[in-house]
Amino acid sequence: MTESTAPVHAVPRTEGDSAVEVRSICKYYGDIEALRLIDLDFPRGKLTTLLGPSGCGKTTLLKIIAGLVEPTSGDVRVNGKAVTGPGPERAFVFQDFALMPWATVMRNVAFGLELKGMGKAERQSIARHYIAEVGLTGFEDKYPHELSGGMRQRVGLARAFAVNAEVLLLDEPFSAVDEQNRRKFQEDLLQLVEKERKTFIFVTHSIEEAVYVSDRIVLLSRRPSRVAQIIEPKIDRTASPDAIRRDQGYLDTVEEIWQGLKHYVD
Amino acid sequence: MTLYGYRVPMMASLLVWCLIWEIVGQSGLMFLVPPLSSVLMAGVTMVQTETWQSAALVTLHSFAVGMALAITVGITLGVLMGRFKAVDELFSIWVNIFVSAPLSALVPVLMILFGMGETTVIVTVFLFAVWIIVLDTRAGIQHVPNSLIEMGRCYGASPFALYGKIVLLAALPEILAGIRLGLVRGVKGVVIGQLLVAIIGYGELFELYSRSFDMENFWALTIILFAAAMLMSAAVEAVEKKVDYYAGVR
Repeated sequence: MTESTAPVHAVPRTEGDSAVEVRSICKYYGDIEALRLIDLDFPRGKLTTLLGPSGCGKTTLLKIIAGLVEPTSGDVRVNGKAVTGPGPERAFVFQDFALMPWATVMRNVAFGLELKGMGKAERQSIARHYIAEVGLTGFEDKYPHELSGGMRQRVGLARAFAVNAEVLLLDEPFSAVDEQNRRKFQEDLLQLVEKERKTFIFVTHSIEEAVYVSDRIVLLSRRPSRVAQIIEPKIDRTASPDAIRRDQGYLDTVEEIWQGLKHYVD
Repeated sequence: MTLYGYRVPMMASLLVWCLIWEIVGQSGLMFLVPPLSSVLMAGVTMVQTETWQSAALVTLHSFAVGMALAITVGITLGVLMGRFKAVDELFSIWVNIFVSAPLSALVPVLMILFGMGETTVIVTVFLFAVWIIVLDTRAGIQHVPNSLIEMGRCYGASPFALYGKIVLLAALPEILAGIRLGLVRGVKGVVIGQLLVAIIGYGELFELYSRSFDMENFWALTIILFAAAMLMSAAVEAVEKKVDYYAGVR
């Protein structure tokens, strides 16, 4: 518990330092080969996106990093330590939110801390901070069914922030959120990435979303999935969200990725 | 429901049947059916007798013990069956046989195993109630979304916390439905157990009144039993309604 509540900044950070290393990961589901020899480094403090055609095993790779799924071979290291299961240095944001419908926003956000055995007052004050951070102040006592899809996912995000993990794993977090809320949410996420200084690994099937939020984009090929290409969008993140979406670098990168992925789409 | 533009209150159909009962009773067509008013009067006198009170206590005791066992075993077995395929395959054939089997036929056999006393009645209640609780719990557990379980694992839930704080609560709507159906079956079980085997408690009274054709008391006894079963079922249903919103957003 002490490691997880220690400030993230305590971890020495150097250029080229990787928070997560993935080494020769292979994954078979029965006879189906989902992942073939994936080697990847996820730089500390950056947002890396896994992008690929649907069914290519992006989510499988993310769940292997989370320790929820066992790889057939290969290993994952977080801060140099091999992953054998879920751990407090990683937090997961689920595609379907995975909120407890019987619990309030407050309890859902504080749930990771509750499981660690933290006292009620302490965990609630931490949760309150992150509820404010994701813009849900005033909704602490609401239940998930009283919230919109976008707000529910904000709860999921706040829960992941609250445990103060170094690595945040986001599995298509916006796919169940409607288009307009998604845009707003993406903008807010960028601010949180800037503010929280954590390592983000993000799975999406939306090219625009990937280019908009990522420092690095890993393109995966169709099954059996391999790393096809790694792209680092050169976009000025200090610009306003609307300027970014009209930025030539942004549009070029979207086009480049689309050309790369086009032949996978039938 | 509306009739000729008037809103008919919910209990109206019950009143209609009470009225028909009273008329048939007053007409003296069948000696089996005394007027409802005299049945109710007999009931009021009956509940004041010591015979009824001790019979009710004996019955309630068997019922409570049997149900407590059925709920504990039913939920445990249902959770195991819902989570582990091997357990499911091992037990599902028996659960499915027993849930639809005419259990009354088994009661005399139970008497040989457990004797003429209260134990047989408790076992009967248990056997009547437990299977539906197992089946409903199993269905509820299987409906718990995988992501909720993954969430628990990700955020470091111990197996104990995973079940206590996530799985059981997520399956609560189905578990409550199982308990409600189990309670109704348990009431059947306690009466059948007492009637067929151990002539004690409520069963003894039923036996006594029907043998002596004391129909007023017989019907009063029946009404009290039905009312108790319905009240319990309604109480669980009220709790179920409170957790109903789960099912949609789980």
